[in-house]
Parts: sequence; C-alpha cells; structure tokens
Amino acid sequence: MSAAIEVEGLTKRFGDFTAVDAISFTVNQGEVFGLLGPNGAGKSTLIRMLTTLVPPTSGRARVNGFDVAREADSVRKSIGVIPQTMTSDLDLTAEENMGIFAKLYGIRAPERQRAIRELLRAVDLERWADKPVKMFSGGMRRRLEIARGLVHKPKTFFLDEPTTGLDPVSRVAVWEMLARLKRERDLTILVTTHYMDEADKLCDRIAIVDHGKLAALDSPLKLKASIPGNNILEVSVSEVPPGWMETLKALPDVAEVKGEDHVFRISSLNGPRTTVALMEAARAAGVTVNSLSVQSTTLDDVFVHYTGHQLRDALQAPAAASSAFIMQRN
Amino acid sequence: MHRILAIIERDLRRFRASPALIVISMIMPLVQLVILGYAFGGKVKHLNIGVVDRDHGLPAVRLKEMFQAVAANAQTFDTVAYADSAGALRDLRVGKVNGVLEIPPDFSRKVLAGANPRVMLAEDNTDQFSSSAMEGAMTALLPSYNQTALPARTTAAATLATVEIYPYVPYIQFLLPGTIVLAIFVTAMIGGGIIYIDDKARGLHEGYLVTPIGKFELILGFNLAGVAKAIVTGAVLVVLGSLIAGIPDPFNLARMARMMVLVVVTALALISMMFLLMVRVTDPLIPRAVFGMLNTVLFFPSGAVYPTQAFPGWMRMITTIDPFTYAVHGFKELILKNTSLWAIAPDLAFLLGFAVLAMGAATLLFRRTL
Repeated sequence: MSAAIEVEGLTKRFGDFTAVDAISFTVNQGEVFGLLGPNGAGKSTLIRMLTTLVPPTSGRARVNGFDVAREADSVRKSIGVIPQTMTSDLDLTAEENMGIFAKLYGIRAPERQRAIRELLRAVDLERWADKPVKMFSGGMRRRLEIARGLVHKPKTFFLDEPTTGLDPVSRVAVWEMLARLKRERDLTILVTTHYMDEADKLCDRIAIVDHGKLAALDSPLKLKASIPGNNILEVSVSEVPPGWMETLKALPDVAEVKGEDHVFRISSLNGPRTTVALMEAARAAGVTVNSLSVQSTTLDDVFVHYTGHQLRDALQAPAAASSAFIMQRN
Repeated sequence: MHRILAIIERDLRRFRASPALIVISMIMPLVQLVILGYAFGGKVKHLNIGVVDRDHGLPAVRLKEMFQAVAANAQTFDTVAYADSAGALRDLRVGKVNGVLEIPPDFSRKVLAGANPRVMLAEDNTDQFSSSAMEGAMTALLPSYNQTALPARTTAAATLATVEIYPYVPYIQFLLPGTIVLAIFVTAMIGGGIIYIDDKARGLHEGYLVTPIGKFELILGFNLAGVAKAIVTGAVLVVLGSLIAGIPDPFNLARMARMMVLVVVTALALISMMFLLMVRVTDPLIPRAVFGMLNTVLFFPSGAVYPTQAFPGWMRMITTIDPFTYAVHGFKELILKNTSLWAIAPDLAFLLGFAVLAMGAATLLFRRTL
C-alpha cells in the first residue's frame, strides 16, 4: 500500500511559539486517519500546512506524492479541503456555490453540471439544489461543503472538525455520508474531531497530538489496549456483610474501590479476572449480586492518559474576527 | 481566466441577492449632493442692516431710498432705522442686526461741495459669508449713487466687461462631479474594503486559497468584481445626479458615453487604492475606522467643494497625488463644459497610472497563505 500523506519532522514556529514540533507520520491510501488533540494542540496548524495554507518552518510533507512547499499547486489540485468554519455563501443557492468552486478548479461546463448533480444527490441535497444556503440547517450546510470539496474528484480529503456544532442526528448523517463517499470514490481521509466516539468508530488509525507533538499513533483498538487496563466494575449487592469493603479491596488487580449503600464501584487493571474473583467472594460471603456491569476503556481514557488532561485552556493566535463588527452577509 | 470570472461571478451573485449595500453607497452621496448643494449654493438674503441718518439732508435721503430699493427687490438686506448710533451699535453687538450703516452729519454738505463724502458700515464680521455679501451689495450700490450724483465724464477710467462663456452654474451642479466620485469611492470602500476584510475574517478566503487559483488571478478577480459594482453605482449616480442637479440635456448620449469611460477608469483607480490599503489588514474594525478619515482626506482636497487654488501649500500636495482630484476635474469638464475625452486625457492617464501602480504594489504585498 503506498502512502497518501508522508510527514517528516514537520515543524511550524510562530515567533517563539512552536505550534507543531517535528511531527512525523504516514497515512496510507484509502485510510481514514484521525487527528485528536486538545484545543491549541497544533491540529489545525498541521492540517493547514498539509493543505498549503501555511508554509512549514522546517521538515517536509508530501501529499499524493507532491511536496506541500515546492509543488503547492499540484497538491491543491489533488486534495479536497473542508475548513473548520463554514464558508458557503448564504445568499447563493447550493448549486451556485458548487458551480463557483467547480470553476475555481477549472472544470469545464458539461462535466461541471454532471459532477454537481451527482454530488448533490450523494449528499442528499438534490431537491434543495436551487434554494439559497441561508435556508439550510447546519447539517445541510456541512453536507453541501463536503460535496463542494469533492467537486474536482480529489484523491485525499481533509476535514477540520466536520461535525463540531452539529446535532447528534446530523453528526451521524455526516459520518455515514463520509464513509459511503470514501468507499465509492476511493478516498483517503484525514480528519480532526473532538468526538471520541466518532473517532473510535470511523477511523482506521488515530494520532493524538499534544503541545505540537505526536503523543500516540495507532488503531483505536491498539491504543485502548496500550494503556494500563482500567476497567470499571459496578456491582450492586443485596446486603453488605461486615468487612465487605476489605474483601473487595483484596480482590486481584483492584486499584480502587468506592462504595455507597449497596452499590460499589471497583477500578480494575484486569476486568475479567476481578469479575470472576468478585463472584466467588460473593458466594463465599453469602451475598446475592443484584447487578454487575463491566465497562471497558474508552478512547476518552486513552486521550486523558496520553495528554494528561481532558480539557486545557491554552492561548492561541488571536482570532481576527470580532463578530459584532462583521457585516452579516454570510 | 475562468477562475477570475468565477470570483467575479460569486461577488456579483451575492450583490444580486442582497443589493442593500450598493443602494446604501448610492444614497449617502446623493443626500450629500442635495443637502450641501442647497446649503451652500444659495445667495445670502434678508440681512438686517441698521441705518442711522445723522444728516437728514436731501443727498442722505436719496441714499436711503436706494437702499430701500435694494431691500425691496434683491432682498439682500432689510433696513431698520435707528435714531442714534449708540443704540444701533448695541443691537449689532447682541446680534439683532448684521451691520450698521451710518450717514454722518456732514454728508450732504460734503456731497454738494464735492469734498469726498463718506458713509460708514460697521459689520458683524464673525460670519464671513454674510459680511462679504453685505459689503458686495454696498460696493455695487455706491457707484450707481455716484453716477447720478456726479454725472462727470470720466472717460479715462478703465472699466471691466465680463463675458460668461458657459451658462450659469449653480453650486449644486458644481458639486455633482465630486458626488459621483464620492459614490464610486463609497462602493469601493464597502465592496473592496469592508466586505473584503469581513470575508477574510470569516474564513471565506481560506476556501479560495485551497483551490489551485493563482495569486494574480485572485487579486484581479477581487478587483474586477469591485470595479463592476462601482461602475453600477457610478452609472446610477451619473443619471440620478444629473437629474437632481438639473444639468441641461441630462440624457445626451455622447456625453453619457464619455462619462461612463471616466466612471470605469475612476472605479479602477479607487478599487486598486482600496485593495492596496487593505491587502495586509485582518481586523474588520480597521476599514470602518479609516472610512471617515479617508473620505475627508480624499474628498475635500480634491476641489470637489472649493477651488484648490485657495488651499495652503501642504494641502495642495495632497491634491496633487489624490486620485479624487483628477476624477473630479474630469467630471467637471464633461458635465459642466461638455468637453471631449481629449480634454481630460491627462486626468484619464493619471488615474490609469495610479491604478496600475496600486495594483502592482498590492500584488507584491499580497500573501497567498494564511
């Protein structure tokens, strides 16, 4: 399998601040590659370097075989990009929005009409083709942007937080659409997201970025296996005999026990082993187990493990837009 | 070329969908034309002049009669009779009258003796326009008084005969050229300044920058889209402005065609200037903040409202490099004198040269990355 994206020691410095610090990775063709990281971790700067919007300070990156610094125009022709902010023109119709971008990519008239119709059908917006985008919901706009980004048949598709700000139903719709388009069009997808459940379900591999550095990179399954097991057992019992708490703490692989009335929450390094021992201890003490649940590690846990925090406030480059003074045309 | 057209198409489709901004940029200059045109254009009338006659002789009465004739016909001033100068001067100081004319006690005697008679005018000179209107009326009046009083044949005295080679131009017509240029400027400011920076801040340009469009195609697209909008504004102003200002034969096709040439060239120059000023700006507040200042710095030194010959040296330096100057001059020639394009060739050449320089500098400064 050949590489769609090759990144070697890619670095971006803004003055004294290093936004992306010598990151290296490879994305294979046909892969869905997720970039996870807290706000200000350098995800957007990384994606902007790969899409030729920001020149790298050092290191190199090749997209579809073209160098992002030296062959920027060839890179641009071969990629589709959906920036974080929605950039469709609200006053224009869906079809007009698509048409403008098809022209920017130099697609000729007969081919243009066909491609626009086909893509609007693919994102389920065909019947709204001649309606102004200002009448669209957030999910519809996002789907239109996805269609717009594919109008020139790119090989690699970059999406910066495509589902942020969408309601749960629209989120699912966007992801299903992406999965289908990827299959039908043989796309390689690089996506950043805040939603761990989405990344877990849809990405073939995930890179966790923090402080501009690559903290971890693997498939979601292997990432979850890579951190010390912290299964959570929640058990509810009929009665609490004396010394029960101590019994629970003495079970194999138990890290911590918290109890409240008849319900106990046990952190275990090895869920299955602790569960079996727990059932034996209950039978020995003559305690009836009313309910028992074992939760496995989530990507959230992986994220917290590698970044050391769930949410961090960080300064970033000041945003130019102060919305109160922007003429509301878009 | 297709890409340049795509940028222009996008801008014009947006303009078609919500033309409010262009309409606003037409209304402001039209309001200014009407208000300034009538605020400054009229003749000063009904100034109050106190008259103190301390002579009461026949020549003094004749002088007063001439005054009253002016008051009744030209209405430049109304006369108020005072018994003594102290009361009249008191009223002058509190603003009840604009001037006091005093006929001294020995006036009649001096007139009859041919001994250099004098009348005195005390005036409220805090308002230059009123006082010069008053003085003008008085100095025009005295020679006719003198002629009747002293019918001597003074054939050696030189006189001036003025020939006006154009029909009378009311101030509102004098103001129209500046108004047309101002409207093109406001469109450039909104279309090329404010909306450009807003689009940039909102991330719309990011959408362009990830496509294979070239730097020069992008700049040319933005500029020509702005020029197209400014031409629409300019054309509307040429027609509406001519009607409002009462330009004779407003729909003269040859003149309108010549004016459209100047509209296009002016739009090119002003949009290029705006693009050069905004090429590195990212804060949406900046174009709004400099709007008023630019308007003042470019509009007033251009000779649109007052002759440039009256300006101090430093201001004439602004006049020399201000594209407004050449555009305003060009429109004045075309509208008020109905000249050919040859007569304004230097203006057209300056504006085109200015546009090329500004565009070139903007292209050098423009960054194709974020």
